[in-house]
Amino acid sequence: MADTTLEAPAATRRPRRIRWETVGDHVVLILGSLLMMLPPLIALTTASHDAVTIHREGLQLTLGDDLGKNFKNALFEKGGFTKNVNGMLMLMNSFILGIGFAVGKIIISMMAAYAIVYFRLRFATLAFWIIFTTLLLPLEVRILPSYEAIQKLGLTNTYTGLIVPLIASATGTFFFRQFFLSVPEELAEAARIDGAGPWKFFIDILVPLSRTMIAAIFIIMFVFGWNQYLWPTLITTDESFFTLVRGIKQIVLTYTDANIPEHGLALALAIVAMIPPVAIVIFFQNWFVKGLTESDK
Amino acid sequence: MAQVSLEGIRKVYPNGFQAVESTSFTIQDGEFVVLVGPSGCGKSTLLRMIAGLEDISDGTLKIGDRVVNDVDPADRDIAMVFQNYALYPHMTVRKNIGYGLKNRGTPATEISAKVEDAAKMLNLTEYLDRKPAQLSGGQRQRVAMGRAVVRDPALFLFDEPLSNLDAKLRNQMRIEIKALQRRLGTTAVYVTHDQVEAMTMADRIIVLNEGRIEQIGTPYEVYHNPASTFVASFMGAPPMNLIEAEVAEQQVRINGYDGLMPAPAAYVGPVTLGVRPEDVELNNQGSVTFRVDILEELGAHRLLHGTIAEQPFSVLVGKDEDVQTGETRVTLKPDALRLFDAETGKTL
Repeated sequence: MADTTLEAPAATRRPRRIRWETVGDHVVLILGSLLMMLPPLIALTTASHDAVTIHREGLQLTLGDDLGKNFKNALFEKGGFTKNVNGMLMLMNSFILGIGFAVGKIIISMMAAYAIVYFRLRFATLAFWIIFTTLLLPLEVRILPSYEAIQKLGLTNTYTGLIVPLIASATGTFFFRQFFLSVPEELAEAARIDGAGPWKFFIDILVPLSRTMIAAIFIIMFVFGWNQYLWPTLITTDESFFTLVRGIKQIVLTYTDANIPEHGLALALAIVAMIPPVAIVIFFQNWFVKGLTESDK
Repeated sequence: MAQVSLEGIRKVYPNGFQAVESTSFTIQDGEFVVLVGPSGCGKSTLLRMIAGLEDISDGTLKIGDRVVNDVDPADRDIAMVFQNYALYPHMTVRKNIGYGLKNRGTPATEISAKVEDAAKMLNLTEYLDRKPAQLSGGQRQRVAMGRAVVRDPALFLFDEPLSNLDAKLRNQMRIEIKALQRRLGTTAVYVTHDQVEAMTMADRIIVLNEGRIEQIGTPYEVYHNPASTFVASFMGAPPMNLIEAEVAEQQVRINGYDGLMPAPAAYVGPVTLGVRPEDVELNNQGSVTFRVDILEELGAHRLLHGTIAEQPFSVLVGKDEDVQTGETRVTLKPDALRLFDAETGKTL
């Protein structure tokens, strides 16, 4: 009895060889992760100190006592020039912009790609390439005419003005076009014989088939929209439309004159601003990879 | 259930390419017609025109008594089975089969009853809640069949439905499809490039070549009385032997051999002589010398490849025949010989 219990582990135990290649890989990965993680970590530690300390001593590497207070103030204290905007409102604005931007882009580009791929349009290819060349004209290049158009339409300081001018997406149209081209033609024909019109085919077949693709584009576009800075700065002067990305700068600015800049608050807000994109990427990660790599449908 | 008639149907593509020349034929109610031909012969185009997936350039297409040239595929009362099955990958088998009914506004209870029936008929009941990706090739094929059957259409269209299956499964599905069509009595048009499928499944075969109908007939007619050298060489494996011959003094003559068969009276000149490999007998007293080069072992048969009068020729013999390579004497069965015009390839 005693013999068997002693022998069994002995038989399975093997001398573990250290595989230096694996160790090397991990060292590189750990160093890389640290390098990427360090700035947010320092932001977090610094955000836990009060404004005076930060102003006097610069970035902090240890945790201080004011973490909770800074976050609370960053999120709930009415700030800004008009004192009627807090972090929560800006967070909500950022979500409206990010989600509106992503959803709008997906809807518009899916429908554009659907038209280009599935309908016998005159000059469909030409239309596609014209859409594609708009990639060469990013917002920054056409910002004056865009602003003028929105201003004339009276859409400054509205969510519509914030979102709609940005949702035409050549990138999205291109991705969806490539995806639709990879969907077997027989599927559309089978649906036609099954009595599905163009609209039903789109909703019942194409949209569900594209869901990984939609998720992938949603992530890219949400993060892109969330990080928009220039356009919101131009189009919204009313502080109640401020997004987080703008708000961070605003905190630092408004407090500059007589007081010490509230760096703690700004850093806390920066961390808040980082969380949703990170969360979305983590949440959609699997779909994201699938959407960009899976082509056999 | 319906009769289908094509009157002068043509397909010309915008670039001027004529995929299907003016074609007329009628498919009887309940008939199983197979369109067969090599790739690019226009058989799929013809089928897709019947389905309404391809515009008809010219001519009139009738399903039942109705001219359907400009009728949408959904309203032609047809169902189609595709080569790649074209199942909706995100839907369960149940939804795949029921989708066509749902789009036509059939009440949910009726759909589920019909889907259950179709599934039972095709042995799919236990797979109803799976997605296509979880099924084998044969099962997917059955789901595609189910999608066609459940709507109880007037006409089934099959576009090379078995070409993605392995050989064994193909034989099995061939029988199943045929049996199902018999049971339902639905008119069917079946496209294939596989002459075995055509021979085994069809009530009538339509042989197409380069957008033209070469022959319409029962499998027996097409095999035994091919209308042209094309049909003779396309239908049947091994194909019919075609050798150059000559008609003179009302006798058919291969270089060196006279009097193989009496020729049609008024004809003189070169012809192509056709004979099936199994219609040749090894016979010591035979009038023709056959030089055997290669012996091909087929199990039940042996196929001998060689030459007659310097022209390639093959002979199919039973597995028990003792054959060596080298020269041997053969007889060509006189009533199995077919003559074709040497120029046009048409039967004389």
